[in-house]
Amino acid sequence: KSPETFLFFIMIPYTGEFLSMVGVVGLEVHAQIQSTSKLFSGSHVRFLAPPNSLVSHFDASLPGTLPVLNRRCVEAAVLTGLALNCTINRKSLFDRKHYFYADMPAGYQITQQRVPIAVNGMLVYSHFEGRRRNQVVTKSVKIKQIQLEQDSGKSLHDDEQSQTLIDLNRAGVGLMELVMEPEMCCGEEAAAAVRELQLILQALGTCQANMAEGQLRVDANVSVHRPGEPLGVRTEVKNINSVRHLAKAIDYEIQRQMEVLQSAGKVLNETRAFDSKSGNTIPMRDKEGLQDYRFMPEPNLPPLFVYESKASVPAGVDPAQVVVIDRLSAQLPELPSVKRTRLVETYGILQEHSFTLVNEDGLMDYFENVVQTTKAEPRKVIGWVIKELMGNLNSQNLKVSQSPISPCALAELINLAESGHISSSTAKQVFQEMWKAPEKTVGQIVKEQDLWMINDKEELQKICRRIVDSHPEEVNPNKVLNKLMGEVQRETKGRTDPVQVRAILEKMVS
Amino acid sequence: MFCKCAARASRALRPTHPRCGVLTLPALSDIGSASGTSWSRWTYKRESSNSAWNSKVPQIPTWEPVAENQLPPPTRVSPDLVDKLERLALVDFGSKEGVDCLEKAIRFADQLHDINTDGVEPMDSVLEDRELYLRDDMITEGECAEDLLQLAKHTVEEYFVAPPVFIFNAGNIPLPKREERSSMLKHSEF
Repeated sequence: KSPETFLFFIMIPYTGEFLSMVGVVGLEVHAQIQSTSKLFSGSHVRFLAPPNSLVSHFDASLPGTLPVLNRRCVEAAVLTGLALNCTINRKSLFDRKHYFYADMPAGYQITQQRVPIAVNGMLVYSHFEGRRRNQVVTKSVKIKQIQLEQDSGKSLHDDEQSQTLIDLNRAGVGLMELVMEPEMCCGEEAAAAVRELQLILQALGTCQANMAEGQLRVDANVSVHRPGEPLGVRTEVKNINSVRHLAKAIDYEIQRQMEVLQSAGKVLNETRAFDSKSGNTIPMRDKEGLQDYRFMPEPNLPPLFVYESKASVPAGVDPAQVVVIDRLSAQLPELPSVKRTRLVETYGILQEHSFTLVNEDGLMDYFENVVQTTKAEPRKVIGWVIKELMGNLNSQNLKVSQSPISPCALAELINLAESGHISSSTAKQVFQEMWKAPEKTVGQIVKEQDLWMINDKEELQKICRRIVDSHPEEVNPNKVLNKLMGEVQRETKGRTDPVQVRAILEKMVS
Repeated sequence: MFCKCAARASRALRPTHPRCGVLTLPALSDIGSASGTSWSRWTYKRESSNSAWNSKVPQIPTWEPVAENQLPPPTRVSPDLVDKLERLALVDFGSKEGVDCLEKAIRFADQLHDINTDGVEPMDSVLEDRELYLRDDMITEGECAEDLLQLAKHTVEEYFVAPPVFIFNAGNIPLPKREERSSMLKHSEF
């Protein structure tokens, strides 16, 4: 569904006015910081571990414990802010957000509500439009702020015994909360934005951004209105576990709200959960009224200062102990958008192909490797990489690093095809054989199955003569040619060059 | 009651500081080792370098009571507000004495409205002139599940146990209505 399909036309009775409603989507993303230890304590950050084994006294909120901020987490937030063109606040503050929940033993979460670490950034993303999905459209969404906060523990609901089991391993892990402005209009835009964000975070190394493992959590704020009019009542959609679900949930919610308004109902300001089985959103909370979090400054943490450069670090403070923005800027790796541009400019490949190369882990390196080893043009190589290689990897659910065919082997194969030693259809066959038997070289396979291209003109003439003679009854010249060509290919098991064969047959038939 | 003069006096004396308007005391090491004589030496130094530092504690009592008409109107705490506060804080103060105490406390704090804070940066931490210490990213704690689980009344296979939380209901443990509460307390285990 493209953004256009969400211009929902409503005709107001008796006035004949046509009005179109659009969706308005704002995302709140929680990204788990990739660090060895937690935000305010020295316990290990790990996904799977025995329950409550990665919990310190502070994480368990025992009285008398104090938070000690992890420098790596601050650096991660600053790096992310820099990559998203944010202004880094030289001074930021920590606050307590109070609410009671069984997996948050302190009764409050330490966050940055008043002055977060980074503000006013922008995420640039692209998505494909057009019927063949090959027209790249670049959009951007403003990032309101990035703040550091604590993650909560995990609750396991045991309905049978009517109890909740609490594991605090995740309690206290550092999170970056990214708040985006409500500038998107539909599920597809949101999905594209989140995919780009995932790539950026992975390139920076600040977050592994795997939604299924909870390293990246996205909540969508959805409302509908007529352009020009004030924004409608918004609902918050939670419990989204993948980028695909995100798009589905948002589209469903926009549709639902439009239908509510169309039947003269009112949209409630509520929190809804996405149910992946039905593809619907279901109301999550009672109409309790707005939560009052009773924000207060965190008394145990003085303001956090980050410094512009080594020179601005005050005397008496060890520069290695503090966060210096210049030092981090210098560490910024090549971001995905820059990579894509470089690929298009260096190799002359299509933009949509550059997206595939950058999206798939390791594919860009594989491609560049092959290009360097082979004599063929990059545009030919890209076809092999995107169709043959990715086709096989996807069907067997393998990663690029698990490919049985190495870049060298593929380069060899492409060289053989380019030099005319094997035909292009044979090459595809050989590719599949190589996949099944990675220990054999290209040459071995071609030799074993006798797949060399038949280039001998005399032999070709003989074969064509035989085929033409055994099909005397055909009349229509075009149909005849194609049929005869098919026969030749079949007879020679594809070891002929279609161009040459067609020329020979044309002469014979005419 | 509350003292206005001290506030005025301290405002005049609060010197500028590059970051946050708080006076940085000279480091103790400048003054000398922690021996019996160092204290008097410190006091002596204090008086001699008086241009940089003055006590914020007035030498003679100077407070005057604040008149009722200078304060904003008294806040009344309605039963609904009591309910909401009890739910937010999980504190039981719904009795008449509890509400009276709260209203008196609010009245006491109302005196803050009388102070002129123009041009004064709010201070929310007495540590505002200290460098926030940043820890290295290393594993130094954890692996004490046994000790922690021992502290809980109910545990199940290394998990803490909490009352049931209904996913599609309020995220926090909801307090039942006022009327139901007393009967619940009688039957509750927790």
